[in-house]
Amino acid sequence: MIIASLFISGIIVQTKSITSGRKGPGIMQPMKDIVKLLKKGSVYSKTTSWIFQLAPTIYFSSILMAMSMLPLGGSRGLFSFNGDFVFFAYILATGKFFNIISALDTGSSFEGMGASREALFSMLAEPAFFILMGSLALLTGFTSFDAIFQSLHFGSYITYALGIIATFILLMLTMIENSRMPVDDPKTHLELTMIHEAMILDNSGFDLGLIFQATNLKFVLYGMLIVNMFIGNLPLYTTIPLFFVIQMAFGISIGLIESFIARYRMGHNAQFVLILSSLSLLILFSVLLISNKFNS
Amino acid sequence: MPIIEIKHKSILLIITELFIVIFSSIFTIQALTGNTTRILLVGTIVTGVVPIVTDPLAAWFILIINFTFFTGAIYGVNYMKAFHAQKAQLSLHWISYLLTHICLLAVCVVQNMLVFLLVWEIMAISSFVMVIFESEKPKTIKAGINYLIQSHIGVLILTIAFGWVYIKSGSFLFDAIRIFAHTVSASESFGLMLLFFTGFAFKSGFIPFHTWLPYAHPAAPAHVSGVMSGVLIKIGIYGILRMLFLLPTNYVAIGVVILVVSVITGIYGVMLAIVQHNLKTLLAYHSIENIGIIGIGIGVGCLGIGSENFPMAVIGFAGALLHTLNHSLFKSLLFYGAGNVYQATHSVNIESFGGLIKRMPHTAFLFLIASLAICGLPPFNGFISEFLIYSGLISGWIHGSFIYVFMSVFGVFGLSVIGGLAILCFTKAFGTIFLGTPRHTFDHEIHESNCMALIPMYVIATLIVAIGIFPFYFVQALWLPIQQFTGSMPNENMLAVLTSLNVVQQIGIASLYFIALAGVVWFIRKQLTKDRVITYNETWGCGYVAPNPKMQYTASSFVRTYRKLAESILQFHKYKKEIKGIFPNEAFQTILPLDRIETYLINAPLKRIRYWLNRFSFLQNGSLQFYILYGLLFIMVLITIPFIGHFYHFMVHLLNTF
Repeated sequence: MIIASLFISGIIVQTKSITSGRKGPGIMQPMKDIVKLLKKGSVYSKTTSWIFQLAPTIYFSSILMAMSMLPLGGSRGLFSFNGDFVFFAYILATGKFFNIISALDTGSSFEGMGASREALFSMLAEPAFFILMGSLALLTGFTSFDAIFQSLHFGSYITYALGIIATFILLMLTMIENSRMPVDDPKTHLELTMIHEAMILDNSGFDLGLIFQATNLKFVLYGMLIVNMFIGNLPLYTTIPLFFVIQMAFGISIGLIESFIARYRMGHNAQFVLILSSLSLLILFSVLLISNKFNS
Repeated sequence: MPIIEIKHKSILLIITELFIVIFSSIFTIQALTGNTTRILLVGTIVTGVVPIVTDPLAAWFILIINFTFFTGAIYGVNYMKAFHAQKAQLSLHWISYLLTHICLLAVCVVQNMLVFLLVWEIMAISSFVMVIFESEKPKTIKAGINYLIQSHIGVLILTIAFGWVYIKSGSFLFDAIRIFAHTVSASESFGLMLLFFTGFAFKSGFIPFHTWLPYAHPAAPAHVSGVMSGVLIKIGIYGILRMLFLLPTNYVAIGVVILVVSVITGIYGVMLAIVQHNLKTLLAYHSIENIGIIGIGIGVGCLGIGSENFPMAVIGFAGALLHTLNHSLFKSLLFYGAGNVYQATHSVNIESFGGLIKRMPHTAFLFLIASLAICGLPPFNGFISEFLIYSGLISGWIHGSFIYVFMSVFGVFGLSVIGGLAILCFTKAFGTIFLGTPRHTFDHEIHESNCMALIPMYVIATLIVAIGIFPFYFVQALWLPIQQFTGSMPNENMLAVLTSLNVVQQIGIASLYFIALAGVVWFIRKQLTKDRVITYNETWGCGYVAPNPKMQYTASSFVRTYRKLAESILQFHKYKKEIKGIFPNEAFQTILPLDRIETYLINAPLKRIRYWLNRFSFLQNGSLQFYILYGLLFIMVLITIPFIGHFYHFMVHLLNTF
């Protein structure tokens, strides 16, 4: 999965370039950027404190930690216990918390703006994730990632519909959590319209490299959730190639979404994010229908 | 000439505290290892026998109370040095502090309704005296009176509830409540439970009985706010738990009531907390939020008992009890941090701070730990209890019928929204207080507090981390208190419970792993960047070369997007004067958050009542003759009442004879 993370943003950039009729920079380019950054020295703002230096480390390790909890191809994650998706969501939140306060540490108004938006949107996205995972738990009767994905199988038409909505929600969550196009535009040159990128304006050198790599990892993280939805119960040797195929498709689809959807107005983002919660409620109710809970 | 010098008084205080703590902890440790202490006091002819029972539930709360009061005393002695001139007030303050402590302990162990009300009352009054320490400020007195009145409405409701039991059973013992439940119909015992819940909700600050909290906490000195928020409002939780335990009622119905009220309490509390600019008011609203989280745990436990879902009941109560401890830890730490900031700057307005982390590194560090803990983030203690409540909800979700699924979804939704909003709130609080550049220049130097203030804070922080990393030991200690609720349940799936409690151990390991991982990444970063060029420069300003502190994002601008969203639910007062003309003069904008529930539920009726009562103001006209006339009229009425009675009987008799 770490290997996949190296290419994912390259794939996205490439897709975007191709759809917009340009010749892309090659899928290795983001990787080269990160390596270059890791080798550089740093410039710190005089306003900042140790929080600013510590935060990228925490952010990076929180994502590594979350990653070690996801199962792959029948082998459970490094940590697997009942209700581990709660831990998953909260450990990511820890990383986010540090990211936000490190942005505030610089005392810059751009970064404050980014931090404010990041905090609000990820807050709004949280219930969607919980209700989605909860419905899957209800469908399967288990409460850990491992067991849920192991026993998730698609039988009837309605479960296919569920799978599609769930994938859509996860895809959109990816876009929000990674600050991609419909919500945020990472490639904009106007700081006022940024979310995530505005938060890291003052980071440089090794720290910036860590943050970029963490962002790539986060993509793969959500990609893995989607992968698990479909092939969670296949054996390992078929899973690994499939994993890369799906990750690739995931990267391409994000590239396509980014190419064809314009960024929403900042004020409309909140509505967009809340739609996800209602969609996840839809999933919940169809799961209730399937399992006949209404009658009991 | 005072008997003891002021300097020795603080030593005396600490020794007394230590004595109380040790004395009561002996019984609690016995209780938590399985030996409940029962002492029967003879009592008076009015009260009857007074049993003093230290059972595990009481013991758990006594331990929390002792810890918070003891650290509070050490912190408070240092905090109060600033007021050393007011000797008499200081003595009164510390006496009421001790009295509150003793009465809180008594509330936990007394099992006689009349004596319970008595100690409850002393506790309310002595805590009122603690709150109004700075009584020369009119705001403080107002907040204190508000608190006094509201806590007495609570007492009134409790008195009615206890009186109901007494009339039916003729005994003041707590056991009578249990007998009561067997003698009356189910709906009546449900009504009694609701009465108890309402009465105790005044103390713990459930919506809509919370309105005293945001006034009383900021008015009190820091250690009193810490103690009040840490344990005083928890005594309401204790009351609710005790009554749930005594009064076997319709657990599903009461569980639904508690869960719904708690979710609303939690969300409303944190929603209002975000828009506050006064640091201590912000923390007070967070206490309301955390009471909501504890309430969700209790609700889950009740639903678990009601549906005979043993793991759900156990996990729910475990989450609620553990969160009670956790909240008392991080909330008192936050209030002490706020106290340090206040003593250094003489301000509690968030907007006037900035960059304090450079001046007060220890306070900033401790405040950060507490903020992370209160947001429920791993690897700190808040996560453990929130996780337990989540897993309780999810287990209800999987195994229950429609009503349980519905309630659980509601609970999970509430809890996740609360979690997200808490992050927004504490990034705002920590970010604007400690980070960035100073927004306001104070006339005096800002110093870190001395070590006497920091030591108790570090002790609390250590415990916070310890619970986060080794949660298993604490959950194990909760086993006996939980059994009091679930002991009578058929527990064939004991194994399921044990595995679900073992999960917390795995969380502990995962948290340790996370810390180690962060350490490794940090170490690699240190090694790699050791001999890189590191330069320091101004914050990037998009080419602008003369940034000033006023251009920073403020706390209000940080939550502006949120405020716009929440405007439909919350209520704001805006005063602004916009920039106009070619040569604009001054411009300002002030936004005051209001409590909508308070406006409609308390202020509006009060206005009505005052208006209506004003019509009778002609009675109080100040002339002596009228007052004598009133007295005369009163006596005449007194005399005529028996006559009317006689006349009535006479008429009845007369009519019967025909």
